[in-house]
Formats: sequence, structure tokens, C-alpha cells
Amino acid sequence: MTDATDPIVIIGSGLAGYTVAREVRKLDAQRALVLVTGDGGDFYSKPMLSNALAQNKNAAQLVNTPAATMAAQIGLALRNGTKATRIDRAAHRIETSDGAIGYSQLVLAIGADPIRLPLGGDAADRVRSVNDLRDYAAFRTELGGTRRVAIIGAGLIGCEFANDLAGAGFSVVVIDPMARPLASLLPPAAGDAVRLALADAGIEWRLGTGVESVNATAAGMRLSLADGSTLDADVVLSAVGLRPRTQLAREAGLTIERGIVVDAHGRTSDPDIMAIGDCAQYGSAVLPYVLPIMNAARSLARTLTGNPTPIAFPTMPVIVKTPACPVVVAPAPKDVQGEWSTEGDGRDLKLVFSDGAQRVRGFALTGARTGERAALVKMVTT
Amino acid sequence: MQVWECVVCGFIYDEAKGLPEDGIAPGTKWEDVPADWACPDCGVAKADFSMQLLAA
Repeated sequence: MTDATDPIVIIGSGLAGYTVAREVRKLDAQRALVLVTGDGGDFYSKPMLSNALAQNKNAAQLVNTPAATMAAQIGLALRNGTKATRIDRAAHRIETSDGAIGYSQLVLAIGADPIRLPLGGDAADRVRSVNDLRDYAAFRTELGGTRRVAIIGAGLIGCEFANDLAGAGFSVVVIDPMARPLASLLPPAAGDAVRLALADAGIEWRLGTGVESVNATAAGMRLSLADGSTLDADVVLSAVGLRPRTQLAREAGLTIERGIVVDAHGRTSDPDIMAIGDCAQYGSAVLPYVLPIMNAARSLARTLTGNPTPIAFPTMPVIVKTPACPVVVAPAPKDVQGEWSTEGDGRDLKLVFSDGAQRVRGFALTGARTGERAALVKMVTT
Repeated sequence: MQVWECVVCGFIYDEAKGLPEDGIAPGTKWEDVPADWACPDCGVAKADFSMQLLAA
């Protein structure tokens, strides 16, 4: 039974959790909101973790708003340091490390875990991932006094960290089995622009190969690659993608595929439980980016406050914060046939993807051409 | 003149300085920033997210 006097309970204090809370509060000044998080609940911008050095910020300085201020500003009951352990759907309550909490509607904004590739070697457990502020603080501590950083993965996070670390004077090597950086996001010409620009910024690429093992040496670590080569590093960062956190939902019997499956309204297979952000799967896609969260949060807030509103995703370009060659990309839908056209030269490229009917369906901008984002967004047919 | 901060990423928009590289002249008030303007750092649209007013 849904008891409307029970609060809306949100699990997760990342951008998704806090944004849903804020959007609900905009629509309903009275509705009780409880936000449950295993973390401290301080609000920080996760995308900024990978360019904090350029911003001259340490982990503590990345906190935009302390947890207590967030709770007061939004008007919610914050249960920080409280880990949700089970969803009791029949009773409409969650169990936590600090007792049970009843809900009328539940929002899962629980994020994703970094994927870790199986690595051999006696130092494989020294390979770091940076997925939250605490990880980042530990990463910065380990960086202190070192010079050589190896990054496993040339995706968005790997490239951003590479650029940030190189800019701060570190010697950076990036390893990836693909032939170009950002291979899952960018057409080859744009990937090459990034590859060349970051090489000019001092980043060494080891592309077309993967890391097999990491072993301790007297001075640091030695990575052995699949192509038979080796490289030495003081710090090794793994950035090979995210896997939605699904365990809590799975154990509650909700439908899971790559992520927690949600319908057009953001509802899971239980209509009183919604999911948003990096843990959610919208249609067939997981969208672990800022703009899908902002858009979905506004729709969810309406639905949660009694005005069911489907999530409408506009064109949502992804920004890659690589100052040596900034990138804005709106990937074309995977099921659309078409062709890329290219304008520009060097690192300043404008690539436009058109379908058979000559409609613009995606684009990629690099370097100085990223300034054309707003114009391109308007041209895209979704 | 007021100063606004992107709630998502901390980007600062200072009305006094405008954002000439985005074609927004110095002195442009927040309400006069175009509706299709997006945060240069994180891409959040003006319409998607209100910026927070900082003490200037």
C-alpha cells in the first residue's frame, strides 16, 4: 500500500539524487523528501574530478556545497553515512545500516561502479580508479612527489585525466586497444585530431594494445602490454568505463539489463520505484552523462508530484574537457544509416552526420570549432 | 551587476564581464543571456538549470 504521508525517498547523493530532490522541491514546497546516502553527502561536480589540477583545486576544494547546506537549501531530511541495504517493495520501505525508512515513492540514483579489467602481476591491486571524491583524494595523495602516470583507457575520463595531468607537469602514457582515443564517441577524423593534439601536449599514446599485467619494481610499477612492450609508471589509473550499480534493484526483483531498466517516465518495473542517472537504462541505452540527468530529473519530479511526464531527451552533446583539443559530440543514433562530412583542418574540425534524407543526426566538433555547438544542436533532428 | 554560478560545475558568469567568446557582451544581465546559451564548461543549458546567485 502506498501511504502518501510517507516521504519520497531518494537513494544517492550524486548529481542525479540531488537534482531530483531540487526539482521536486521546485514543484512542491511541502512534500517530505528523504535523501539516503552511504557517503557524507557533500555536493561536488563529478565531471570536475578530471580537470581539478587545471582548476588548481584539491579534493576538499571540489566540494561546491557541504551536505548540511544542501539539505537546508533544498529542504530535505538527509540521512548521510547511511547505506541502503534492501528494498522491501511489499512494505514500501527500505532497510538501511541505520534502520528502516518508509517511502511512498522511491528514487534510485545510486550511480555506477568503475569497470576493472582483469590484470595479472603482483601490483595489479595498486591500479586506481577514480569514481568519487574520496577516490580522488586518495589519487592525489598517491600522485604527490611522483612524475610518471599510466592511464588504462583512452575514453572520455582517460583523456580528460591525461590532459589534466600532463598540464600539471606529469609524464603521461595512455594505453588503449583501439586505434584512436574516444573511439566509442568520435568518428576517426575527430579521434585523430584529439590524438595529435594530446601528443603535442606531451601525452604518449600506446594504442592498439592492452595492459596484461602490472608488477612492482624498485622505483614504481612496470606495465606489460599485449604487444610485448613494457612501460614504467609511479601511478596507474584505470579508466575503462562504468557499470551501473544494480544489486539493490536486482535483489528487489526489478528488471535489470545493462542497468536498471526504466520506462518512458523513468519508472522501473515497480511503478513506485524510479531510477535515474548512471544506474539507469533508458530504452536500450545507459547515458552516464550530465545532460541526461538534468533532463530526466525534471520529468521525474513532475511524475513524482502527480503529473506523469515522459522523459524527453533533446540533443544532448557530450563535452570532453581536454583543453589541448576540446571536444563536443552528439553521437548519431546507432541504428541510423548515414555519412559523416568533414570541414576544417588540424585540430579544428566540424564533422556532421547526415542520414539518407539529408537530415543532420549527429555531430562532432573539435578544437576551435567547438564554439559552433549551439548552432549545431539546433540543426539536429532527433 | 550580479555573479551567477553554475550549480552543476561551478562555472562563473559575471554580468560585468559577460562572455565575449560566446558573443555575450560585458554588462549583459543574466536574464538577457540567450535562452539557448549553454554552460561552456559542462553544457548544462540555461533553461535546464538556474545558476545560483553569488554575492558579488
